[in-house]
Parts: sequence; structure tokens; C-alpha cells
Amino acid sequence: MKEEIIIAGFGGQGVLSMGKILAYGGIMQDQEVTWMPSYGPEMRGGTCNVCVILSDNKISSPILSKYDTAIILNQQSMDKFESRVKPGGLLIYDPNGITRHPERTDITICKIAAVDEAANLGNAKAYNMIVLGAFLKKKPIVTMENVLKGLKKSLPPRHHGLIPMNEEAITVGMNAVEDIR
Amino acid sequence: MDIKDIIKPENKVYGKTPVLKDAVLHYCPGCSHGVVHKLIAEVIEEMGIQDKTIGVSPVGCSVFAYNYLDIDWQQAAHGRAPALATATKRLMPDKYVFTYQGDGDLASIGTAEIMHACNRGENIVVIFINNAIYGMTGGQMAPTTLLGQVTATTPYGRRADLNGYPMKITELIAQLEGTCYVTRQSVQNPASVRRTKKAIRKAFENSMMNKGTSFVEVVSTCNSGWKTTPVKANKWMEENMFPFYPLGDMKDR
Amino acid sequence: MAEKVLMKGNEAIAYAAINCGCDGYFGYPITPQSEVMETLMKEKPWETTGMVVLQAESETSSINMVYGGACCGKKVMTSSSSPGISLMCEGLSYLAGAELPCLVVNVMRGGPGLGTIQPSQGDYYQATKAGGHGDYRMIVLAPASAQDMYDFVDLGFELAFKYRIPAMILGDGVIGQMMEKVEIRPAKARRTEEEIRALCDSWATIGKPAHRGGNTITSLALEADVQERHNIHLQKKYAEIEANEARYSTYKTEDAEHLIVAFGCMSRIGEAVVDYAREQGYKVGLLRPITLFPYPTAAVEALIPQLKSIMSVELNAGQMVSDLKVIANGRVPVNFYGRQGGMIPDPEEVFEAFVKSINK
Repeated sequence: MKEEIIIAGFGGQGVLSMGKILAYGGIMQDQEVTWMPSYGPEMRGGTCNVCVILSDNKISSPILSKYDTAIILNQQSMDKFESRVKPGGLLIYDPNGITRHPERTDITICKIAAVDEAANLGNAKAYNMIVLGAFLKKKPIVTMENVLKGLKKSLPPRHHGLIPMNEEAITVGMNAVEDIR
Repeated sequence: MDIKDIIKPENKVYGKTPVLKDAVLHYCPGCSHGVVHKLIAEVIEEMGIQDKTIGVSPVGCSVFAYNYLDIDWQQAAHGRAPALATATKRLMPDKYVFTYQGDGDLASIGTAEIMHACNRGENIVVIFINNAIYGMTGGQMAPTTLLGQVTATTPYGRRADLNGYPMKITELIAQLEGTCYVTRQSVQNPASVRRTKKAIRKAFENSMMNKGTSFVEVVSTCNSGWKTTPVKANKWMEENMFPFYPLGDMKDR
Repeated sequence: MAEKVLMKGNEAIAYAAINCGCDGYFGYPITPQSEVMETLMKEKPWETTGMVVLQAESETSSINMVYGGACCGKKVMTSSSSPGISLMCEGLSYLAGAELPCLVVNVMRGGPGLGTIQPSQGDYYQATKAGGHGDYRMIVLAPASAQDMYDFVDLGFELAFKYRIPAMILGDGVIGQMMEKVEIRPAKARRTEEEIRALCDSWATIGKPAHRGGNTITSLALEADVQERHNIHLQKKYAEIEANEARYSTYKTEDAEHLIVAFGCMSRIGEAVVDYAREQGYKVGLLRPITLFPYPTAAVEALIPQLKSIMSVELNAGQMVSDLKVIANGRVPVNFYGRQGGMIPDPEEVFEAFVKSINK
């Protein structure tokens, strides 16, 4: 198994931590992982992305031009990454704020209205876990059990009380993801 | 008393401290460095800390201080002695650590290091020799050169509009919260030598009390750089430097 | 089984330092390596191992604090990124001249000048040919993963003390910022005062015991003949390091007709290029220098008879390629592909450049 994922959106949406939890989940099931962020001024309020690779084998390049999955959370990222999904790959996006929807026909496209779902939950911070749930529904490369184990590893103990809330958000995302084509 | 009596141990009135090596000083006759070296060596001997003292020598005439005091020495890049001393003292808090720096080293190229070491309150001793000139490189202007003073790079005298003002770095240092003892002394006569030795002793004692940095300026002569005789140099210092760099404690807590 | 933790390369440096018995870290913030000091400050090792961590007023001061700590026989280190390393080059020259062991981490970013904070390998020459004045060398380790960042801290200290020489970990923004799985190694205690005295009493400034005269650490020798003897001594030491400490790895070189040479993050991309090229029918292999000084000259030399071309792939305008040309000495064409300014090529791009280079 090898899955190459780009997660892209605005700084503050939890893009980096979503990638980190996914990567930790991979470690929990004994996989090799890399997590390579964009870094620098663009992080501060601008666009932000992270490339996460999970693989059963050693990972060579952590820098890629094509991805198996693109998780897209703003228009700038749609413009930049839609074309970089491998044919037959997956594109998941949140339609909130999107003015030009994806046009490709050779990939699977799903949407997750995560802003709305987070509002329903009354918890804006659940946003990225809802998106993660949508992805894991489409590609169950990491089990819920390992995601939760990963969460536990990546969160400081004082925040372990938040894990059930995160689990709920992931489940919400799994149920709310919609296939477009 | 004939010669045989004079050399009897019980008649000995003065001895060179063994902390001072037998090496011949390279300093010019009349230079203040030799006196200050001796005072530090005596303090080290009297406190019994030869095995616990680390000196940091600068760039300038006193770069070779390590040839004269029989202790462990680090020789720093120009101006950086307080950075070396900072790490040395933090890594070996049971050691006495001092820097020995001239005015070019401390007040020009090394201003950042001395300010920040003093501001952090490193428990070190700083001995600052201010003779208002660069000695080793041949008598150029120092940050502490007085207005009107002739040097190799101010051949018509230092001018404020061209060269800026003489820097009262010790007054600046005294403002820093991290310092516990800041004093300005001199070594041109026996009384001033005794006062300077007391100041150095106090500074060394402070460094084990976790009180912060102790800073001892010694207003000094450089008769070679000043192009005069040792006796005239002392007089020039008293008449010109002391009014601008007044002696005494600025801070003692 | 040893614990495996997801962490950035920069964080790995910090955790490894605490874990391998480092005595002191002195640094100044600069992107993209600030996580090193941030992690140390968060972990407060002065409360556990007794390690000193200090934020200095400048890189200049940091490297001179390292000098002071190294004089005391302590395992001391600093980290920075390219512009900060330029400021440290004066201090590195003094450390090399005074034969002091220390560890310096450079998480390279693009230049010249303030440049960019994005990854680069533009400091290869600076690291391997001496960035400061006066004909010195450092041991230079080139990490290609977060695990390497972790492991090279201990290795760097070992080599630094073995030869009394500054060692540098020459990483880059990719290796510093990327998170990977890192296996935590068994902890080493900091050396005791007695151990330091046993190991370093002949030269270190740890307080003069009665049985010896004072030690002096200096890089000053005013007499030409004394300085020349010292220079010859240093060069002998460098030759010994070249003979004994070259490290490298290879990937699919057994039957390779073409060799890609790349270090650090580019060796990762190089491996992907090798796989991709082999799918297209080209017999390509990869050599990754792990030490950049000493350079794995013999390993390249051994492959030359079977090669039709060498291509150096770097994040700069072509620096390591000049060392490869000297080794090849006209026997095989040496080509180059690089990106600059923080741009990173993907494997397909490098493959296209490779095909072009062998068909020109």
C-alpha cells in the first residue's frame, strides 16, 4: 500500500494537524510515513498545504508533483492542485467559498460540507476531523482505532479529553461525504 | 644586615606570587597590563583558586595574558570573550571565570557580547583595561579615545563630528540589571594599586554568590601608543582621563 | 521494541541532543530551524540531564559560546540556517584552528543574502571547503531523513571528539521541516566531570590541577614556522579523516551504467528517479554521499569503470558536481541538474533532465 495525499487550504483550518494525525495513524499500523508542509510567511493566514505519504515500504521522495488524493479546502488550492491528481485518483473538497468547482472527469470527486457540519456540531475546531472522516470513508487506509491511537500520541495528555469529540467529528464526516462523480 | 641575612626566608618582605609564571612580559615598560596581571594573580593565590580559575584572553596587547598567569586559559576571537565566559561559567558553575579585555575588544567590536553577558547577569568577572588607544595594532583610535587626542587614525586629534564621542561604556554597563558590581579604578601609584586589588578580589568573590556580573574597569596608560614617557603618561592620564572617566564604584550590591 | 515517534527533523535534533548526553546548546532563532531551540526550551533538559540551553544575542555570540564550552571538553552545539552560519564562519575557523570538538547544524535555505526561507543546498562549498578563513575542514554529515537528523547528533559528537574537530550536520529546509517516524535510541548520560578530566585534561580548560601547568586554548601562532607546523598537523588529521571516515550509501548501482549522485533531500528524490528510469529501461543507480567531508571519493572511483555518465543533482547552481568532475578526471562525462531559490524538482523533472543529458 502506498498513498500520496495533498491537503491544502488556509492556515488555521487545521490542515497541518489533520496531516499529522493521519501520519500518526500510519505509524500506529507500522507503516512508513512522511509529512512535508509548505512553510514560511504563506502559513500565516495565507494558503497552507501538507503532503502526507503512507507506505508499506520505505518512502523515497517526500516531494511530489502528482497525488493519489487531493483534499482541497479553498479556491487557491483548487486552482493549484486539481490538475495534480493522478488519473483515477480522488479529489475531496469543501464547497464553502469555492467559486469554480472541479471539472476533471478522469478522477473521483467528492464533497464534504465541513463548514456546515462543524456549525451543526457547534464546534468550529472539529472542522479538520470532519474532513478527515470524509477522506477515511472514501479511502479507509487507516482504521478508526489507529486514528484514535495516533490522536492520543500527537495530543499532549491534558488534551486527551478531546478525543471523543474528535471521534464524533470523524464519524460525522464519514456520514456526510457526498459523491459527485 | 648583610646579604646572607637579607636572603633568609624570615626576612622576606615581598615575593612574586607563583600564579605568575617566570616568563618575561612582552608589555612595554610603563604599561599598566603587567600590574593588573600581577593583581589578578595575587588574588587567585590568596583566594586559593588557581585550580578553579579559567581566564579568557582577548585580541589586543593582552592576547598573550595566557603566557603569564599559570591557570587554564581560553583565547577568544576579537570581542567575543564574554560569550566564551558565559558558556564556560554555565557549564562549570563551580569555576571562577573572568575575561580580560581592552577598550577595542570590549567597547568596540565586542559591545554586543559584553552588553548581553552583563545584562543576563552571568556570574563572571570582567577586567576592562581602558587606555584610550589600540596598542597592539600601533596606536589607532579606540572608542574611548578622548576628544582632541592624537592617534594613528586621528592624526589631527579626535573630532566629534568626524569620529563620534568617547564612549563611557562602564557607565552603560552599570545601568544593566544583570551587573552587581561596577567600578572604575587605576594603577598609577601604590594607593590606587591597592584599591584596584581590593576591587578585583571583591569581583572574584561575587562570582560565587550568584549576584550577577562584576565589572572592573582599570583606567590605564599606553605610553608607547601615546608617544610619551611612562611618568608623563601617568600625569596625562590623571589630568585628562580622570576628569572624563572618574574613578570609584558606580554600583555595588 | 524501541519507541517510534513522529517528529520534524528539527525536533529530532533537539531530542537527540538531550538523549545523547549533550552538555550545552547555544543558538539564535532563524527560519527554517527555530524548532530546534523551541523544542529544547519546551523540554527543559536543565531539569533532567543538566544540559544548558541558552538563547544568545546573535549567531556570532552563539558560536563563541560553543567555543567556550568546547574549551571545557563539553559536548556543545548550535544550530542555524544559512545566513546565520555565514556569521558563524569566523568562529568555526577559530574552532578548527584551536582543534576543538563541537557540533553545528545548518538547516540550509536559499541565498545569497537574506535570500529565501525555502530549502536549498547552496552552502555545499561553504561547508566542505571552509566558509571561514584559513585552510581548514570540518566533518560534514548530510542527513536525508528525520532519523538521520536524530542519529547524526550522536555520530557528529563522536567524530568531533575522536578528531577534535568541528562537525556539521548539513541539512536543509525539507529535512528540517518534514515529519517522519524516528526511532528513539538508548539514552547516553552526560559525561561526568571525572570522565571529562580523564578524556580531556591534556588540553581542556577545566581548572589547572597541581600536576600540570595551565592549559591554553588558542589559534594564535605569530611565528611562521610554528604556524606552518600547525597547518601541516591539521592537514595530516584531515587526510586521516579522509582515509577512515567517508560514509555513503548506494541504490541499484550493481549493474548501473548511469550514476546519479545526490545528497540530503535530493538523494530521496534521486531514488525515485532511479526507480522511474529503470521502469523506462535505463540502467541507473544512485550514490548518496553521507559525509560530504570526507567525500566518498573511493566509492565513486570504484563505479567509474562501469559508467557511461554521472549526473549530480543538487539544490544549487552546481557545487558538488565540481568535486565529481575532479574524481572523474575526464574518464566519464559528469552532468548536472539543479534547481535554485527554494524550488525543488520532482522526480519526473529530474528524469527528463537525465535523458537529455545522456542524449546531448
